[in-house]
Amino acid sequence: MIEFIRQPWHWSVAGVLIGLTVPALLILGNKSFGISANLRHICAACLPANIPFFKYDWKKEAWNLFFIGGVVIGGFIAAQFLSDPNDVQISPALAASLGQQGITDLSNMVPNQLFNWSTLFSLKGFFFFVAGGFLVGFGTRYAGGCTSGHAISGLANLQWPSLVATICFMVGGFISANLIVPFLLGL
Amino acid sequence: MVKDPNKSAEPIEDTDYEVRSLHSMCVNESEHHEGVGGKLKYALVGLLFGIVFVKSEVVSWFRIQEMFRLQSFHMYGVIGTAVVVGAISIFLIKRFNIKTIKGEVIEFQDKTFNKGQIIGGLMFGIGWAITGACPGPLFAQLGTGAFAILATIISAIAGTWVYGYMRDRLPH
Repeated sequence: MIEFIRQPWHWSVAGVLIGLTVPALLILGNKSFGISANLRHICAACLPANIPFFKYDWKKEAWNLFFIGGVVIGGFIAAQFLSDPNDVQISPALAASLGQQGITDLSNMVPNQLFNWSTLFSLKGFFFFVAGGFLVGFGTRYAGGCTSGHAISGLANLQWPSLVATICFMVGGFISANLIVPFLLGL
Repeated sequence: MVKDPNKSAEPIEDTDYEVRSLHSMCVNESEHHEGVGGKLKYALVGLLFGIVFVKSEVVSWFRIQEMFRLQSFHMYGVIGTAVVVGAISIFLIKRFNIKTIKGEVIEFQDKTFNKGQIIGGLMFGIGWAITGACPGPLFAQLGTGAFAILATIISAIAGTWVYGYMRDRLPH
C-alpha cells in the first residue's frame, strides 16, 4: 500500500482530490476555497498600519490559516514518508533547455541549483525570490484571488470574471516562462 | 453621482472574494463559532491537500515550466479535472440544497468584473512562472524542506501589503 502511495500520482487522481476540496470546505463550514487570502490575513494580523484594506476581523478568517498550516505539515509528511526516490520525470525538451542553462539537478520539487540560500543573496535570487514572490502577492490580491480562488472555485461556480482572471494568469505565465525565466536563468 | 470635492476618493468596492467577512456582512458568516478545536478540521483538509500537492508534483517548479512551455499535459489535466469535479459538486450542492454539517445553508457569491482581474492576473501569472508556485504550493514547498522558499513567502506577504497600501491609487 505504502509503495503504491510513494509513486508519483497521476494527474486525474490529484485533480479529483483537489476538486473535492471545494465541496469539503463548503460542507464543513461554508468556507469558500481560496488560499492567497492567507497572505492578506497575515498582513492584517501583523502589520495593519491603519490601512483600510487590512482593517477587518482577521480572526473570523482564521480557518484559512489553519488550512495553510495543514498544507505545510502535509508537504512535510509527503516529503519525509511518502517520497519517491527517483527524480521528477520531466519532458526531455524541458530537461534539455534547462540543462543548457545550468539546471541539471531534478531531484527536488524546486531546483536545488536555483532556490538555495546562496542564490538568495545574488541578483538572480533577487528576481527568483523577491521579485517573483512580490508579483505573486501583489497580483493575487489585485486580481482578487489566485489559482484556487479563481481558477478552481471561481470557474467551478461558473463565474466569468474568474475566467478572465484565469486567462490572464495563463497569459502572464506563458510570457514569463518563455521569455522572462530563460533570461533570468542566464543572469 | 456628483462627487464632493471636499471628500477624498470614494472607497473602492470590495474586489476580494476570498475574504468573507468583508463583502458579506452577516450573509455568509458562520453563526456557529468554531473554537481552535473546531478549526482543526480545516487543518486536516489542508494536510491531505498538501500531500496531494506534493505527490502529484503540482508544487514542482519543473511542472510549472512544462505547463507554460506546452511541453506536458500534466498540469492542465490536474486543473481541468479539479474544475470539473468542483463544478459537479457545486451543482449538486445547489440542486439538492445540501447543508453544512452544522445545518447552515451553503451560500455562494457572484463575482463582479474589475480591471484588477486583468492587470493583477497578468502580474500573478508572471510571478507564478518565475517562482514555480502559486500561494498554496509555496507553503507545501516549505513543508518539503525547501526553507529558502520562506524568502518567497515573505516577499509575497510584502507584495500583498504594498497592494493594500496603494489600493486607492490603482485602477479597478
